[in-house]
Amino acid sequence: MSDELAEKVVSVIATSKRIPREQVSLESTLEDLGLDSLDQLNLLFALESDFNISIPDDEAKSIRTVREMVEGVRKLAAAGASGQSAASVA
Amino acid sequence: MAPRRVAVTGLGVICALGHDMPSFWNALCAGRSGIAPITSVDTSNVRFQNGAEVRNYDPAQHFERAQADLLDRFAQFALIAARQAVRDSGIVFTPELRQRTAIITGSSVGGQCTQDTQFWAVYRNNSPRVHPLTIPRIMPNAGASHISMEFGISGPAYTVSTACASSNHAIGQAFWMVRSGAAELAIAGGSETPFSFGFLKAWEAMRVVAPDTCRPFSRDRRGLILGEGGAMLVLEPLERAQARGAPVYAELAGFGMSSDAGHITTPSTDGPARAMTAALEDAQISAEAVGYISAHGTGTPSNDPTETRAIRQLFGAHAGKLAVSSTKSMHGHALGAASALEAVATVLALRHAILPPTANFTTPDPECDLDVVPNQSRAAEVEYALSNAFAFGGLNAVLAFRRA
Repeated sequence: MSDELAEKVVSVIATSKRIPREQVSLESTLEDLGLDSLDQLNLLFALESDFNISIPDDEAKSIRTVREMVEGVRKLAAAGASGQSAASVA
Repeated sequence: MAPRRVAVTGLGVICALGHDMPSFWNALCAGRSGIAPITSVDTSNVRFQNGAEVRNYDPAQHFERAQADLLDRFAQFALIAARQAVRDSGIVFTPELRQRTAIITGSSVGGQCTQDTQFWAVYRNNSPRVHPLTIPRIMPNAGASHISMEFGISGPAYTVSTACASSNHAIGQAFWMVRSGAAELAIAGGSETPFSFGFLKAWEAMRVVAPDTCRPFSRDRRGLILGEGGAMLVLEPLERAQARGAPVYAELAGFGMSSDAGHITTPSTDGPARAMTAALEDAQISAEAVGYISAHGTGTPSNDPTETRAIRQLFGAHAGKLAVSSTKSMHGHALGAASALEAVATVLALRHAILPPTANFTTPDPECDLDVVPNQSRAAEVEYALSNAFAFGGLNAVLAFRRA
C-alpha cells in the first residue's frame, strides 16, 4: 500500500471498527471486516468528516471492498478540491 | 365475564393527503401521492428534497392565539385529529364518561420543530434564553394532555414512544383497556411532525431516505419518504355503540406485540412474524381468515423483503391469496403517527370494501413477491385485516381489525 490517501482510509476504517490496521487490506471486503449496516454508517460518517467530503447514498451502497472505498474517497476528495479552487477563482 | 367486543366509531386524520378523513380516503382510493418537494425547511444542504408535508395549513383556522401558543405543530395535529374523531363518533360526554375515558397517543419525537428553533436560538444565535413554553411544547405527551384538557376527559392518559410503531402500541393498549373494562371509551392514535433541519440531517445520516419518492415493494425502491400528520380513533364497546345507534366503522379484534432482541436498526423476520401471530391469537382467528395487510412497507431496501419473508413465514400458502399494500407510498412515513394513519386507512378499507393501493409502483421485486395492489385501489370485501408496524429498535406492534 503506497499512497497516503489509501493509508489514511485504512486508518479510519481500523479506528472506526476498533480493529488492528494490519487486519485491513485493500482487498478486504466490508463483509470480511465484519462491518454490519450500522458499522458502515459510522465508517461513512468518519470518512466524510476526515476527508471533508459528502458521500452520496448510491455510491455508498455500491462499495464492497476497501479498494473501492479508497478510490471513491479519492474521486470525491479530488472533486471537492477542484470545486474549492474553482470557487476561489470565481 | 366474556371480554367485550370493541368497535371503532370515530375517525380523525390530517396529513399530506388532506385535512380530514374524506379527503384522506379519496386520495388513497385514487392512489394519489402527497409526496412533493419539502417547503417548510430549506433542503439545499440535505441530500434529499422530498417529503409528505401537510399543505395549506393555517393554525389560526383551528386554534385561538392563546391556545396555539401552547401547541407545537405535532400537538396541533393530535388535537385536530381528536376533535374530528370525537365529532365523527357522535359521543356526548357526561361527567361519568369523562372519568372513564382513556387517551393514549403515540409520538416518536414530540415537538421536534420547537426544539430545533429554540435550540438554534441558544446554540447559534447566542440568545440568552429560549421561549418559556419550550418544555411543555416539546414533551411527547403534549398531544394527550391537550386532548384531555379540551374535552375535560379525566381518565387515564399517556403517551407511547416506540419510534415507528408508537401509534400501534398506543391503539393496542387503548383497545385492551376498553375490552377489559378498564376504560369505557378511548381516544387513541398519534401525531408527528419530523420536518426540522436538524432532524432531516439526522435522517440523511441514516441513509434510508429516498432521493425521489417512496416505492414500497418495487425493485427500484430507494428508501422511505418522511411524512407528517395526526390520526385518532374513538374506541368503545360494541354493545355501547349499538345501544346508542352509532355507526360502527369496524371492530378492533386483536393486538400483538414482540421485540426482535436483535439489531438496533436492521429488522428481523422472526420478530414481525411473532407480532402478527400474537395479533391473530389475540383476535382468536386463523391466518386464513385474513384477507388484507396494511404493510409497514417503508420502501427501504431492507424492510420490504424482510416483511415479505415474515408474511410468507406466517401465512404459508395463504400468503399468495393476501392483498398487501403500503399507504406510506402516499402519506409518507409519519414515524410515530404512521401506524395511526394506517389504522384509519385499514378501517376505511374494511368499511368501504376498497383496498388502497401501493402507489408509485414500477417493477416487481422477486424478493417482495406478494400481491401489493400496485397503483390501483381494488374493490374487495375482506373479513379481517392486519395493520403492521415494525419500529427501529426491533419493537413490533400489529392490530387486527374485523369488518363490522
